[in-house]
Amino acid sequence: MASIDLQPTENKSPSHQTSITGAEAIVQALIQEGVDIAFGYPGGAIMPIYDALYDYQDRLQHVLVRHEQGAIHAAQGYSRASGKVGVCLATSGPGATNLITGIADAQIDSTPLVCITGQVPSHLLGSDAFQETDVIGISIPVTKWNYQVTKAEEIPLAISKAFFIARSGRPGPVLIDITKDAQFQLLDFVYKRCTSIRSYREEPTIEMDQIKAAAKAINEAKRPYVVFGQGIILAEAEQEFKAFVEQSNLPAAWTILGLSAIETSHPLNVGMLGMHGNYGPNLLTNECDVLIAVGMRFDDRVTGDLDKYAKQAKVIHLEIDPAEINKNVHAHIPVLGNAKKTLPLLTQRLQKKVRNEWLKRFAECNQLEHDKVIQEELNPTNEILTMGEVIRILNEKTGGDAIIVTDVGQHQMVACRYAEFKQSKSNITSGGLGTMGFGLPAALGAALGAPNRTVVCVVGDGGLQMTIQELATIYQTQAKVKVLLLNNEFLGMVRQWQQLFFDKRYSSTEMINPDFQLLAKGFRMPTNQVTHRDQLDQALTDFIETEGAYFLEVMVGKENNVFPMVPSGSGVAEIRLD
Amino acid sequence: MEVIKQEFTITVYTENQVGLLHRITTIFTKRKINLESLTTSESEIVGIHRFTIAVTETKEQVIKVVKQIEKQVEVLKADFYKKKEVVQQELALYKIATETLTNGIEIERIVREHNARFLTIEQEFVVIEKAGYKRETKALFDELEPYGIKEFVRSGRIAVARQQFGPGKDIEALLLASSSNI
Ligand SMILES: Cc1ncc(C[n+]2csc(CCOP(=O)(O)OP(=O)(O)O)c2C)c(N)n1
Ligand SMILES: [Mg+2]
Repeated sequence: MASIDLQPTENKSPSHQTSITGAEAIVQALIQEGVDIAFGYPGGAIMPIYDALYDYQDRLQHVLVRHEQGAIHAAQGYSRASGKVGVCLATSGPGATNLITGIADAQIDSTPLVCITGQVPSHLLGSDAFQETDVIGISIPVTKWNYQVTKAEEIPLAISKAFFIARSGRPGPVLIDITKDAQFQLLDFVYKRCTSIRSYREEPTIEMDQIKAAAKAINEAKRPYVVFGQGIILAEAEQEFKAFVEQSNLPAAWTILGLSAIETSHPLNVGMLGMHGNYGPNLLTNECDVLIAVGMRFDDRVTGDLDKYAKQAKVIHLEIDPAEINKNVHAHIPVLGNAKKTLPLLTQRLQKKVRNEWLKRFAECNQLEHDKVIQEELNPTNEILTMGEVIRILNEKTGGDAIIVTDVGQHQMVACRYAEFKQSKSNITSGGLGTMGFGLPAALGAALGAPNRTVVCVVGDGGLQMTIQELATIYQTQAKVKVLLLNNEFLGMVRQWQQLFFDKRYSSTEMINPDFQLLAKGFRMPTNQVTHRDQLDQALTDFIETEGAYFLEVMVGKENNVFPMVPSGSGVAEIRLD
Repeated sequence: MEVIKQEFTITVYTENQVGLLHRITTIFTKRKINLESLTTSESEIVGIHRFTIAVTETKEQVIKVVKQIEKQVEVLKADFYKKKEVVQQELALYKIATETLTNGIEIERIVREHNARFLTIEQEFVVIEKAGYKRETKALFDELEPYGIKEFVRSGRIAVARQQFGPGKDIEALLLASSSNI
């Protein structure tokens, strides 16, 4: 079958160079795309590219991780913190397969990535050659696009398309598999950034009828309610979003990927959606009359039982991806388009409204949750340390200016519930896939992507052990990652489910852990451990104020639970406070 | 919500790209939807390929799948049709021993009655060809079976839309509009 059509190469642009190797062309193409950092791990099938990188170290930093899963999560963290495309490199076979978890994570969380994998020489394809794996086949279901390059001349177009596809529209991961012979071959290098692909529509055209219908519905609503997701951050529509909710005093709740799109202290920010979200945002989903979803995809962790989700409401769905409309929740008024463009069109048409009564409902629910859950979690009355109080004091130390990267589990839910944010792109977490092991490498990437910001990695004792080797990468790169280990000596989230739904049968969730202090010391980190409340404040001061990386372990209650909770399979209104 | 499963034909216009078949089929396998048949061919537009897919599913599910297909970078357009909205055909080949033919006129009568034809007559075997709906090719199969069918094959469904302009019309417009050659 056909390979990529090559464009005519008549005009000799400044980027035209005769006869360079495919490997060098890849590196130059990356530089032309504005890439200044890539995460990866070498091996036989990608050695020519590593050789080419050697000559470009001044322009393109390569971060040598300790496992390819670390590379991909670091690229994700980098992208989420910087808004740029994350790049990672791996060799064929095991190198490439080690990327897959992170690619799947990036696909479900719409993170723009370009992954470059080496492949066995083209004449060996299909021969089960050493370290041959069908990476194209394996990655198809978890990539936005992928392509195998077998000739050097395909490289410029393949790379330019990869970046264009990864970052445009609803972003996502792209994989380019390059055979070793193509890396050695010579080509005439001409690079032109891709700006369109005829079979690919970046974003749907805005239909004014939809905008008008949505504006009318919001203007007529008595209890309108906004639920928002990462779409706002990906579209860089934070200002437009704030103007939108402020125009008509719309209470707005976030998914954990939408967190930080609007500051946590904003009076219209009513809190977190979903299984461990806030009480009001869940309960009142079933009391609003118009539900306005912005850049979110109604994940089941957000909606609970769909048959009991917002059945009373007229649903407006602002979304860039047509396939998300009516996928889980029926949209009475879909508003297709890029939120950066659709939101202002909508805001223009909104009447100013006060909505005191309706907003009071959220405040009342918040008060109830505060009395029943939050107060005790943040200021516990017994001596067992809670995750919540750690995050509360952390907020005091960071002033809400830090990037918080979390792993997956109870600590993730607690961090998302209680961390305070003043800026966008500050909460980095694995949402759709819930990938344990994401946190530490993602924090490394975030620290390199936002070098002027404080980056805190909130991680559990289980998840840390999945990618703990990246502490070595943190040391080697001198990335200023602050690791906050909330150690409950359990796979806490699973243990909570066992307690609540499996009769306390703690099957394989308790861990006899290594000495994390010794381990962190082994990775040459400054470390500290907190076992009592009276040490906590000072320890967190040192944690934030010590220049550079730091490892702080806090021993928290072994059997503490995260509440509120919408038990899986229940409706959002069945949210439990205890 | 429509929960009744019915026959649908999905048409997909695509660039000709290695791996795209896999990309499209995984959309079905991810949802455990059985592809009854899948045919790829050229389309009426130069350089543009076409998939014709037959499924029995709920309309709701088909809509979702079609949107997921259309989202793929190299897909220009995906549409779905109910049974009544397409003119469709399948081709079947039946191989039987030549001696069953020489033993009487029965086979020839059956072939004639079913509007089938002999594609080839060899010394050892004959091949009968029949185009039609599945029930028609099946009916012929049932009649020939007592005489011994040595080999049987039926093609996937091919179908065109029952409207003056098929989906290709939009694609031509799209291609005209895009100046880029990528
Ligand atoms: C790779 C992976 N394996 C398994 C799970 C299932 N899982 C979800 S949370 C969790 C426990 C996490 O334990 P820990 O990291 O100690 O965090 P805690 O819940 O105790 O805060 C597990 C096993 C997962 N999300 N990801
Ligand atoms: Mg734990």
